[in-house]
Amino acid sequence: MKILVCISKTPDTTAKIAFSDNNTKFAADGVQWIINPYDEWYALVRAIEIKETDPSTVLHLLNVGNAESEPIIRKALALGGDEAIRVNCDVNDSFTIASQIAAVAKEGNYDLIFTGKETIDYNGSSIGGMVAELLDLPYISHATKFNLEGNGAIVVREIEGGEETDKATLPLVVSCQKGMAEQRIPNMKGIMGARTKPLKVVEAVATDAYTSVVSFDLPPAKAGVKLVDPENAEELVRLLNEEAKAI
Amino acid sequence: MVLVFLDQSEGQIKKASYEAASYAAKVAEQLGKSAEAIILGSSKDDLSALGKYGIKKVHTVSNDTLNQFDAQIYTKVIAEAASSLNAEVIVLSNTTTGKAIAPRLSVRLKAGLVSGAVALPDTSNGFTVRKSVFSGKAYANIGISTSIKIISLNPNSFTIVEVGGNAEIAALSATVDAPKIEVVSVNKVSGDVPLSEADIVVSGGRGLKGPENWGLVTELAGLLGAATACSRPVADIHWRPHHEHVGQTGLAIAPNLYIAIGISGAIQHLAGVNRSKTIVVINKDPEAPFFKAADYGIVGDAFEVVPKIINAVKKIKGVA
Ligand SMILES: Cc1cc2nc3c(=O)[nH]c(=O)nc-3n(C[C@H](O)[C@H](O)[C@H](O)COP(=O)(O)OP(=O)(O)OC[C@H]3O[C@@H](n4cnc5c(N)ncnc54)[C@H](O)[C@@H]3O)c2cc1C
Repeated sequence: MKILVCISKTPDTTAKIAFSDNNTKFAADGVQWIINPYDEWYALVRAIEIKETDPSTVLHLLNVGNAESEPIIRKALALGGDEAIRVNCDVNDSFTIASQIAAVAKEGNYDLIFTGKETIDYNGSSIGGMVAELLDLPYISHATKFNLEGNGAIVVREIEGGEETDKATLPLVVSCQKGMAEQRIPNMKGIMGARTKPLKVVEAVATDAYTSVVSFDLPPAKAGVKLVDPENAEELVRLLNEEAKAI
Repeated sequence: MVLVFLDQSEGQIKKASYEAASYAAKVAEQLGKSAEAIILGSSKDDLSALGKYGIKKVHTVSNDTLNQFDAQIYTKVIAEAASSLNAEVIVLSNTTTGKAIAPRLSVRLKAGLVSGAVALPDTSNGFTVRKSVFSGKAYANIGISTSIKIISLNPNSFTIVEVGGNAEIAALSATVDAPKIEVVSVNKVSGDVPLSEADIVVSGGRGLKGPENWGLVTELAGLLGAATACSRPVADIHWRPHHEHVGQTGLAIAPNLYIAIGISGAIQHLAGVNRSKTIVVINKDPEAPFFKAADYGIVGDAFEVVPKIINAVKKIKGVA
């Protein structure tokens, strides 16, 4: 079994969201970077669990990004995985990133490619599906459970208002979310071991970007809260009905 | 031509797809084109009624294989139709189905994709689509440079505009491959409103002390026809199922009304709910950060306040 887990670098969940260069760039000064939580907590940990069950599993981590990604790649290696690959690329367009992943995946002949369901910065939910189409592979998105069975896999995925259980053949691309696994904290042995694990840097393949950011902006601030006396909680219902017209 | 994909659940068109249809009609109007729709598998709905949302023609592709969802097969069918119909813009709703197909279509049609759109495109200079980023903490305007454009519209982000008329229905033939994914079972939480599409959401946090007190949330939600949600720790400690977890690492929602009971309003929670139109916060701590993001609030004990609210709602709804 050969698994590729795609990991992305995102700002910490408490990072201040602000923009620079005439609102065309995320203001990254002083921002703490983390592994995108869906990639780390669910995709990576589930892949590590599979390797723990079958130690012959080969587990590679892949990041598309510049050298600033290396600390989060090392952190991911501290959790698990045999080696990491970084495609040296500074473009933010989803198609460009997916093309890099597909190029590495083609080369490596993986049975499974895991991504997170989305990144918490761009919220694109696009990479897994694009990679699957570039490789002409089946794709299951929003997976909440994943188990290998026979020559294939049984995957539970979220659907609106419930869940669906699918049986799929390999190779397969899966986007992962809550339910797949439980978050882990790297231990000392993992952190020490990660320092010597191979981190290969490969150059990006040439592609055209399909999209580009024109500008960012922040939502307007709320006008302020209207407080209702708890003794007179019924008044809230009247306001929601008559003023906000929400019920 | 602007083509909208109609996403179904158990043979019924999802509410988010009606929004996408109405949105597609508006995009078409902006471009001086017509809006048409495509639907895969059998449908129980009256498709001619899509005329009401500005759709001129509905293309139906019937094939037993399409009654089960496989992103790879759906993509091929939609891409083939889009090419033969000369679609310039393809609109989908950003549901779990839309999120699985839109990126595949983008690759197949060499068409730039903006997922999670929240407004009509700006076509005055190029083609720019506004989307939610940083889990609702900001917006980005994204330019698409390819000749075909794909937009997946966030649920509850576009108000349906009703026009008149009936849509014409046309059967479309398509090559349908053998699926590589077999659906073994579907497990629906019956009767509940899907959280992502709900108009009203009642949500509970750790302040409710334990799962035994959730009757307050579910009763209020039931009266309002609302979906229920919760904060992350509540799902983590299994007071509520995982799919109810909203926020930066759960589901991002944008209902018309979000009622938060006993939730502190941590930045990661706010990220997933701050696009809600009206936010109500009930919390006993006047310093709870959630009040800063709220429209209405009550500083008080949920166990005293919520029963009063339930009674008042019963009165206006005429429930004894
Ligand atoms: C990387 C990361 C990602 C995260 N993602 C998410 C996410 O997606 N979603 C999310 O929700 N959280 C997320 N969190 C967690 C978040 O930081 C908060 O810890 C969490 O939202 C708090 O949940 P809570 O408000 O239910 O609980 P608490 O913070 O414990 O707040 C409980 C609130 O209830 C009030 N209360 C207590 N008793 C009563 C009463 N009787 N009546 C009325 N009010 C009462 C208290 O005043 C308090 O404000 C994330 C954290 C991290 C680090």
